[in-house]
Amino acid sequence: MSAALLSIEHLSAISEREGGASILRDVSLSVAPGEVHGLVGESGAGKSTVARAILGMLPRAVRVTSGAIILSGTELLTLEPKRRRSLLGAHVALIPQDPLSALNPSRRIEAQLTDGLRMWKGCSAAEARRRALALLDEVQMREPERVMRLYPHELSGGMRQRVLIAAAFALEPRLVIADEPTTALDVTVQKQILRLIRDMQLRHDTGALFVTHDLGVVAQICDRVTLLFGGRIMEQGPTADLLLRPQHPYTRALVAASPRYDRPEDGLAPVPEAVMARCRQEIAAFDRGLHG
Amino acid sequence: MTTALNRVAMMVVTLFGVTVVVFVLLRVAPGDPVAMMIGPGASAADILALRVRYGLDGSLLTQFIIWLKALLGGDFGTSISFHRNALALIAERLPATLELAVVALGVALLLGFTLAVAGTLAQRRIGEVAVDSLTGLMLAVPDFVWALALVLLFGVALPLFPLSGRIDPSLGGTFRTPFYLLESLVTGQAAAARDVAAHLVMPVLALALPLSAIVARVLKGALAEAMVQDYVLLARVKGMSEWRLVTREALRNAVGPTLALTGVQFTFLLGGTVIVERIFAYPGLGNMAIEAVINRDLPLVQGIVLVFGALFIVTNLLVDLAIAALNPRLRHG
Ligand SMILES: Nc1ncnc2c1ncn2[C@@H]1O[C@H](COP(=O)(O)OP(=O)(O)O)[C@@H](O)[C@H]1O
Ligand SMILES: [Mg+2]
Repeated sequence: MSAALLSIEHLSAISEREGGASILRDVSLSVAPGEVHGLVGESGAGKSTVARAILGMLPRAVRVTSGAIILSGTELLTLEPKRRRSLLGAHVALIPQDPLSALNPSRRIEAQLTDGLRMWKGCSAAEARRRALALLDEVQMREPERVMRLYPHELSGGMRQRVLIAAAFALEPRLVIADEPTTALDVTVQKQILRLIRDMQLRHDTGALFVTHDLGVVAQICDRVTLLFGGRIMEQGPTADLLLRPQHPYTRALVAASPRYDRPEDGLAPVPEAVMARCRQEIAAFDRGLHG
Repeated sequence: MTTALNRVAMMVVTLFGVTVVVFVLLRVAPGDPVAMMIGPGASAADILALRVRYGLDGSLLTQFIIWLKALLGGDFGTSISFHRNALALIAERLPATLELAVVALGVALLLGFTLAVAGTLAQRRIGEVAVDSLTGLMLAVPDFVWALALVLLFGVALPLFPLSGRIDPSLGGTFRTPFYLLESLVTGQAAAARDVAAHLVMPVLALALPLSAIVARVLKGALAEAMVQDYVLLARVKGMSEWRLVTREALRNAVGPTLALTGVQFTFLLGGTVIVERIFAYPGLGNMAIEAVINRDLPLVQGIVLVFGALFIVTNLLVDLAIAALNPRLRHG
């Protein structure tokens, strides 16, 4: 396991907003360098909580109760905040869900693309600008010179997401965390963006934690998958195994109900109530084991 | 272009509304200016002669039309108590009030921004409570009470600053313009600048403290809203320090709503100069307004109120321009 880029070990978290209810239940997963690990589950399963725990940016009401998050051999949860900030800033990037709100409305694209380069790579203004232009070119942005001068509201949603992908890969991060990066986009744009993230990840040999609620997306982009329900891992393994030979009834139900992989926009179809009941039972049994 | 024309048209309409309101209110208010001017046993003929002289005979409408016609020609009439051109009187006093109000605004913005940023950086720690309590106090106490408290503090207990006036009389004769502070700064007259500034400290604080509290509160709220936006989260992932997050990412997006409110509040500050100038015997327009009202000096009161009205309108215009300049979405409209 020491070769892992990211290793999450027995992570548990509670929400103080919901009276101390568990929202992550003993979650373990690892991402190897250059690997894309899919984190799948319905809304509220705890996917974003995992992502935010890695980044040290949990909401105020959420608290990690146990476990470890190890990035390239360094445990993050116990790391002094200043060192964690520089470690994450230099090696981890985030591609957010909503490209509308993830760009600062009052700063030009150039400023938002170059500040990380200047801060972490010590680039001069001219060098940062040159690299930013190359990045915009790499994410297939037309007229990069012009785009640099624009404000976010002057770009379409797909263009903004391209800018955010360029920004994410600007510092050559070891790990990219993508939290449902295509959910807010038009269906046609979704496919392009997904392919772009995959291309960039392969070209830069970047590890990725790819959060999605969509098995179709998983099939397209992920090497391995962790399936969450209620903050508990239901099944985990290589993508092909999980999709072709699902072991857990929840996985089976999802795969069976899932739309064809070439039409990922349909999302998850409803899971039979009996299967949901079984999942809830497992969670209750886990919680009893915790307190009994 | 059309929006600019609309703006100007709106300003003219508003200013006209102000003239109507001023005129009617002052005529309806009790107190006869002519009776104030003249001793008790004056003859009816004397009174009538004075009425004619100051345009106070005739119906309300004819009086208004005469006044308005004169106004359009730049003639504000003759002050009843000073026996001088009202516009000239106003022009002498306005610069003092403008310097006071603008310095107070600057201090209020500086203090308000500092408090808001400090409170945001100190989030959830004791510092935030301190900032909130401080702004609460500054807000709860109105400007004239601050003025009195400052008189007690600096005038009596800690006599650091002069209690009244605008400048030490021994320095007063050397100015070529009525903008004492500006002129002494531009021409590098250090002693005069220091003296004018010292005279400004107390009236400025009295006016600025309540406004700075409002600025701080609104800006801190807007900053809190901005700080939970995704772009701040993303900048945090990039490893930016809290200071940079607040000043580079959040502040720009938070100043818009703050400035909009500051514009409205600045007009209250202008109103506040009337009483604060009175307390510190500061020779500005507000101080003169009180004398004019006491003396029923209608032409002067009308002129002063009109100038204040124009100041309010210009302030709102400037604020709108500033907001547009700061917001890229409006800039490229
Ligand atoms: N700001 C918050 N404060 C407290 N609890 C939260 C907060 N945000 C989300 N949660 C809780 O955490 C759980 C998991 O949420 P999340 O990780 O966002 O799920 P997902 O990303 O899979 O949709 C939910 O039960 C939700 O109620
Ligand atoms: Mg989520």
